[in-house]
Amino acid sequence: MIQAISQLGASCLANVAALGRASMMLAQALWFIPTRKLLRDIVRQLYVVGVLSLPIILVSGLFIGMVIAFQGYSILVDFGAETSLGPMVALSLLRELGPVVTALLFAGRAGSALTAEIGLMKTTEQLSSMEMMAVDPLRRVIAPRFWAGVIAMPLLASMFNLVGIWGGFLVGVEWLGVDDGSFWSIMGASIEFGQDIGNGLIKSVVFALAVTWVALFNGYDARPSARGISQATTRSVVYASLLVLGLDFILTALMFGS
Amino acid sequence: MKVNKLELTVGGFVLLGLAALLVLSLKIADSQFSGDGPSYTLYARFDNIGGLKPRSPVKVGGVVVGRVEKIELDSDDFVPVVTLKMFERYGYFPETSSASILTAGLLGEQYIGLNPGFIMEDIESLEAGATIEDTKSALVLEELIGKVLFSLTEK
Repeated sequence: MIQAISQLGASCLANVAALGRASMMLAQALWFIPTRKLLRDIVRQLYVVGVLSLPIILVSGLFIGMVIAFQGYSILVDFGAETSLGPMVALSLLRELGPVVTALLFAGRAGSALTAEIGLMKTTEQLSSMEMMAVDPLRRVIAPRFWAGVIAMPLLASMFNLVGIWGGFLVGVEWLGVDDGSFWSIMGASIEFGQDIGNGLIKSVVFALAVTWVALFNGYDARPSARGISQATTRSVVYASLLVLGLDFILTALMFGS
Repeated sequence: MKVNKLELTVGGFVLLGLAALLVLSLKIADSQFSGDGPSYTLYARFDNIGGLKPRSPVKVGGVVVGRVEKIELDSDDFVPVVTLKMFERYGYFPETSSASILTAGLLGEQYIGLNPGFIMEDIESLEAGATIEDTKSALVLEELIGKVLFSLTEK
């Protein structure tokens, strides 16, 4: 009994300590004046996490938009309200699916790669050798990857939304025969810039911070062994996904609750 | 000048993302960037506002001429006061105009229908800050049913 309680205490302490280490890592990595070198590194990382994530984001956006249009049509047509397909597709993408699915895909596609990369750097003692050469690995390795993730995610989410709406248009208008004009005009009338697009962007920035932070910390904190890296990669994807879904609920309650 | 291929693709990526955002906000959201132009404020007092919400439209013959800015309760006589933001480009309406709360379609959202009165020489127009006197409340289904039942039992 007493052992169980002390185990609980130990795991709590370990979690709080990890949170503290993660905050310290982030603070140290970001708290300095940006240099030209940092900008160049960010561009390189933007290629890795942004450009290379583009195919999966665009393809899944297209299919998700098409599927929403299908499902929405089959329900809306019962009420004779199939012209509301446009706002339905656009609102569900802009408010929820765009930021959330992009963040989940990003965690799987780019976050896991970041964790594995940094974990391997640590295992092969590249990070400590950088320290030996008086190069701060936090600034040189962590900071550009963090900023690149934060910049890339809102851009990816916007492209996801646009391609998804186009997919919904393809299925709804071209295939199922919803009226072209009312699809766009009702969509335009029911979407507000601040409420829908702005809040979606805020969501995706928050998710970007969460996903890249989790991915980088898990890599940086990985046990330096093959097994340690594999555990860290798994943990990175699982924690990032759960964090995104949890944060999404909180943000949605704050933004659209009242 | 030698072009770095990596930088080129990243630049293209960022431009593509910003372009997507621009298209979303301009085309999809129907360019509400431009706003509604200059506006002035009117007040209207209703007995019952039904399901009216802030940002509900104010329409004259189906044309949106303003929006509901906020809805408050007058603490003196407990009557809802609706603040309307009217677009200046449609000009000012005569004092005899009446406002009623209507519903778009059977189940649609509620809006304020403004019925402009006659324009005559001795009738002034509703200036900024004026209150619309002639108002009709929203129809509440329960009250309607109650009236029908009452009139049926009268006979």
